[in-house]
Amino acid sequence: MPLTLLIEQALNGLQYGMMLFLMAAGLTLVFGVMGLINLAHGSLYMIGAFACAAVAAATGSFWLGLAASLAAAAAAGALVELLVIRRLYARDHLDQVLATFALILVFSEGTRWVFGSFPLYLSVPPFLSGPVSLPGGVTYPAFRLAIIVIGAAVALGLFWLIGRTRLGIRIRAGEADREIVAALGVDIGRLYTAVFALGAALAGLAGALVGTVQSVQVGMGEPVLILAFVVIVIGGIGSIRGALVGALLVGMTDTLGKALLPSALAQVMDPSSANAIGSAVASMLIYILMAVVLVLRPQGLYGQGAR
Amino acid sequence: MKYRTKLMAGIAAVAMAMAAPAIAEPVKVGMITTLSGGGASLGIDARDGFLLALKMAGDAGTEVEVVIEDDQQKPDVAVQLADKMIQAEQVDVLTGIIWSNLAMAVVPAAVAQGKFYLSVNAGPSQLAGSACHPNYFNVAWQNDNLHEAAGAYANSEGYANSFILAPNYPAGQDALAGYKRFYEGGLAGEVYTQLGQTDYAAEIAQIRASGADSVFFFLPGGMGIAFMKQYAESGVDIPLIGPAFSFDQAILQAVGDAALGVKNTSQWSKDLDNAANTAFVAAFQAEYGRLPSLYASQGYDTANLLLSAMAKADVSDADAFRAALKEADFASTRGDFTFGPNNHPIQDIYVREVIKEGDVYTNRIVGTALEDRADAYAADCKM
Repeated sequence: MPLTLLIEQALNGLQYGMMLFLMAAGLTLVFGVMGLINLAHGSLYMIGAFACAAVAAATGSFWLGLAASLAAAAAAGALVELLVIRRLYARDHLDQVLATFALILVFSEGTRWVFGSFPLYLSVPPFLSGPVSLPGGVTYPAFRLAIIVIGAAVALGLFWLIGRTRLGIRIRAGEADREIVAALGVDIGRLYTAVFALGAALAGLAGALVGTVQSVQVGMGEPVLILAFVVIVIGGIGSIRGALVGALLVGMTDTLGKALLPSALAQVMDPSSANAIGSAVASMLIYILMAVVLVLRPQGLYGQGAR
Repeated sequence: MKYRTKLMAGIAAVAMAMAAPAIAEPVKVGMITTLSGGGASLGIDARDGFLLALKMAGDAGTEVEVVIEDDQQKPDVAVQLADKMIQAEQVDVLTGIIWSNLAMAVVPAAVAQGKFYLSVNAGPSQLAGSACHPNYFNVAWQNDNLHEAAGAYANSEGYANSFILAPNYPAGQDALAGYKRFYEGGLAGEVYTQLGQTDYAAEIAQIRASGADSVFFFLPGGMGIAFMKQYAESGVDIPLIGPAFSFDQAILQAVGDAALGVKNTSQWSKDLDNAANTAFVAAFQAEYGRLPSLYASQGYDTANLLLSAMAKADVSDADAFRAALKEADFASTRGDFTFGPNNHPIQDIYVREVIKEGDVYTNRIVGTALEDRADAYAADCKM
């Protein structure tokens, strides 16, 4: 395999990982801080994509669309937290799964009612469209490079927020013991709404970015949600660092597995069956990775011990 | 008493004799199609085309009663709906199914119970070959047809090193087999992707490195939108060829500029120059306010085929009705249209190019890939 192809595939893995990180960061915050399993996280991702497509189509500006995706997803997240999720903190995980699954159906049908079943059109902003040439003779789509940069910036921002700010201290304290934090005078209800809205905004951002590369359609959030859960299981629940490392591991494993396995197997068997077996095994790789991590570290790579 | 009974019987007989030629028995049609979910645009277009033809037929159209249900693209739902339509609604004719896996679940049982099935879209190889049935008529194509035409087109362009890709499911495997049946050059790569995959960065990197001179892809629905947008962004400029499924009106608007100039193969296009098609395209735009798609034309043709058979025979006389369907005596939007021995179309398949007309992305015909093409499975059909 030529080196330029290998570098391009590695960049693809990095970009895929950063996208998964944006999804998983919100999910892991909500899961870790509130102990809530939110299956509707993928719906917030879809809302971000639709808001971006609608506003970009109306105003002609991708950046306004991107801002709208953050605002719409955060607003939807806050609203959902106030109306539905708030009643679920004390319930067990099965009730949470059931209620948030119902939210998926409500959001999907609602979005279809507003926007119809046809996929929407969202184009890359002009100055990021087309490929750029990187050192070493690699050409790579500019927008995918931008996703890598945005993902890295969000990761740094979150580390700063959680580790260095007052809000971060409260989030970490709430995770450790919500009664004591409440007794110290922190409005735990407002804190949870804020965390939920932050997680929703990150999902909305991921939806807008991915919708630009792929397509904006009803139900786009569900396949990504499964991968986001794989990421937080690997990384450890509630850990932003775990989400980042887990997302990059999953992104790299999936992309490089798909790229390398078929050609590696072709060395030992005929090309058509190598291709068939290679792509079948490659699509299982991330689940194998998850299983291995769970066997070695049941709490995930950066998990806080047994829960 | 006896006299009066005889008189009544006589009057009744006269009344029936007079009525019979004037009004044929109405035909009840059960339409099972996909109206929700990711594949809804296909079912909606097929339904709208079908209903438009009935409306345009005037009085004859009112003789058709249509029951429409949404199969949600799920085989189990489609089977339930078919049972309900056959047993409770007592329909004479079934139609509407878009997807091959749903057709395989519904059609064999329906025709075995003596119902007619007119396919507006799905044409799986089994139903064209060993599992063909006299009551099953396909008004679209056999699944392989458009891919075969793409292979023939690649030859005519002198391509000798194609990179081919499709999702790993039966229709995807049929697509690549169909392309290779006519394509004579070598392969730079052959890749099966996951069904429903929306990120093609890894595949596009492979295409870039493969040294191919052409790319054939079959990626229906959202998969094709994602692939074409990402392909355009990647800066790879190897020409693309695909079947019309990734180039219908709804998809093209979502893909945008990335699709411009791409060649695709289809048995229909809105600029096909015949009277039936001109009338259809104008009426469809007037009725629904959008351009018709390939699926709309197939729905429209299906309804017209049904009407042509109803004009010649009564649906309660199955043999006569079957013979009338087989004649295909209707003005198809595709021009020449006849049924082959396995009740699948014999038709021309064209090469189209994606263009922009004003603000709307659409197709125009640039050539003919295959003339009077039937299908590869007719020989396996014994009926």
